Amino acid sequence: MEHLISRYRNLTILTILLFAQVLGLAIQVKRSSDNTPTRLIRIWAVDAVTPFEKGIVWLENGVRNLWRGYFYLRGVRQENRALKQQIEQLQIERASLNQDAEQAHRLQALLGFKERYISKTLAAQVIGSSGSEQSRSIYIDKGSRDGIKPDQAVITADGVVGKILRGVQDHVASVLLINDQTSGVGAILATSRLQGVLRGSPTGEVVLEKVMSDEAVEQGEKVLTRGGDRIFPKGLAVGTVVKVSPGPELFLNIRVKPAADLDRLEEVLVITDEELTEPAEAAGEHLRAADILAQRLPSIPDQPAPSNPNAPPPPTFGLKIQPPPNRQAPTPSAVSAAAKTGQTEAVGQASADRSPAKPKPTPVLASPPRASGDSRSAPLPSEVQPDSPKAQPQEPQPQPATEQPPQ
Amino acid sequence: MPITYTSHEQVEVYRFSAPAAILIPLVAVFLQAFVPLRLHFFAIFDLPLLVVIFFGVARRNPVSGMLTGAAIGILQDALTPSLPIGVFGIANTFVGYGASSLGAKIDVDNMGSRFLVTIFFSIVHEIVYFTVARGLVDITLHWSWSHELGSAFLNAVLAVGMFALLDRFKQRT
Repeated sequence: MEHLISRYRNLTILTILLFAQVLGLAIQVKRSSDNTPTRLIRIWAVDAVTPFEKGIVWLENGVRNLWRGYFYLRGVRQENRALKQQIEQLQIERASLNQDAEQAHRLQALLGFKERYISKTLAAQVIGSSGSEQSRSIYIDKGSRDGIKPDQAVITADGVVGKILRGVQDHVASVLLINDQTSGVGAILATSRLQGVLRGSPTGEVVLEKVMSDEAVEQGEKVLTRGGDRIFPKGLAVGTVVKVSPGPELFLNIRVKPAADLDRLEEVLVITDEELTEPAEAAGEHLRAADILAQRLPSIPDQPAPSNPNAPPPPTFGLKIQPPPNRQAPTPSAVSAAAKTGQTEAVGQASADRSPAKPKPTPVLASPPRASGDSRSAPLPSEVQPDSPKAQPQEPQPQPATEQPPQ
Repeated sequence: MPITYTSHEQVEVYRFSAPAAILIPLVAVFLQAFVPLRLHFFAIFDLPLLVVIFFGVARRNPVSGMLTGAAIGILQDALTPSLPIGVFGIANTFVGYGASSLGAKIDVDNMGSRFLVTIFFSIVHEIVYFTVARGLVDITLHWSWSHELGSAFLNAVLAVGMFALLDRFKQRT
């Protein structure tokens, strides 16, 4: 037996080793259902290995942190400086783009306005101002080379801004704002159809003058251009009535808030050629001016037949009727009809600068030149032309008795 | 790649210093437990098995090989909580015994013989492991020849380089 064991020593040891392990496996498998505690050999093995693993992980993290926190960050300061410069550059570009976007919105609004009302306008950039409260004017970057002429209307999409002053240079023109105290615009209240003259005040406010104190003007009423002064087209928004108070003499003092923000003008439109696009105007080429006026004045009662056919014609207040450019000359009946409406006042802006318009000679007329609430009573402005922008409206002449309205 | 049959007197027997004999298996087990956490493909290798083969063919002593295989296998089992202790131990005991027995009869100090020996004992290891796990522990394992052959091939490739590195720790008797 001993000889066999010594002869097959290796196999014997192998058998013993395998038997021991199989036995150990069998014991473990049998006890696997029980809640046996973790075997010490596992604890020792884990305790022997995990410190090295922890050390390697710690070393790994240390190397990683060293790399990410130092070596990888080489040049970061320079990159940071470059990024800051880039941020500053981008901020500047963003501000510029914002301004461009805002400008685009404004120009878009202007363009829309232009397409709706006026065909020939010239967009201009506001490049300066007078810088004085005594003279409220601005400078635009368009001049005579661009077709700018004195007394052309300057507007925005919101409303009237002013007019071009004399002394237009090649590429620069000055604009007299409507809130300048030397300015004057013929205006009409949108609802009540009362007419007056819009003036600036020394404080920069805009006041509608020459409206009789016995008229009812409500706060918030819109004020439009009256037209007929050959500067501003009819119907442009001027502002809104913000305060109504008794004024000097028999007139109201109506304070108006300009529709255009005169303190923040950046882009404006200069009306270089006025073309009214109203359908009646377009279709009126075959109508006489008198017919047009008759259609627009339904509130004027029929005039009684003059007792004396040889009576003199109604006064024209020193204004002569001129055909507008590109239009047919009005017929004599149109002239007489225009005179009846009282639109002969036709306060030009320049003339208003010099002397206030006289009160309308309403007693002379058969009825007031307005029809309350009837917009059709608005006269055809381009049919009435002052003698010149500097023309002074003359005092109404004594009227013959036949012109008095029937009692 | 000659595998020459030599007499026992012609075969050189190596021994290893105690630190090398202890640390090399520990490092192998440690790397096998740690590296696959970072490199998942490394799980296909079996460094403790290669160490068992290396020590077996180098010492050419079946008892030493069996004991080395048993020890390394049990250590592997200890770090494998899902398995009972002894599965790797039995398989590595077989491999240690076979490698040392083979190393005592043939010269396996060249690359070709190491490559073939590693392939052979890798398959033997898997067969024994599969048998024990399925027959004794009742663990359902899927056997795939392609996977086992591929794994054996890769382990053999790795073994060629690793054995050359471990040769530095050999000491002539």
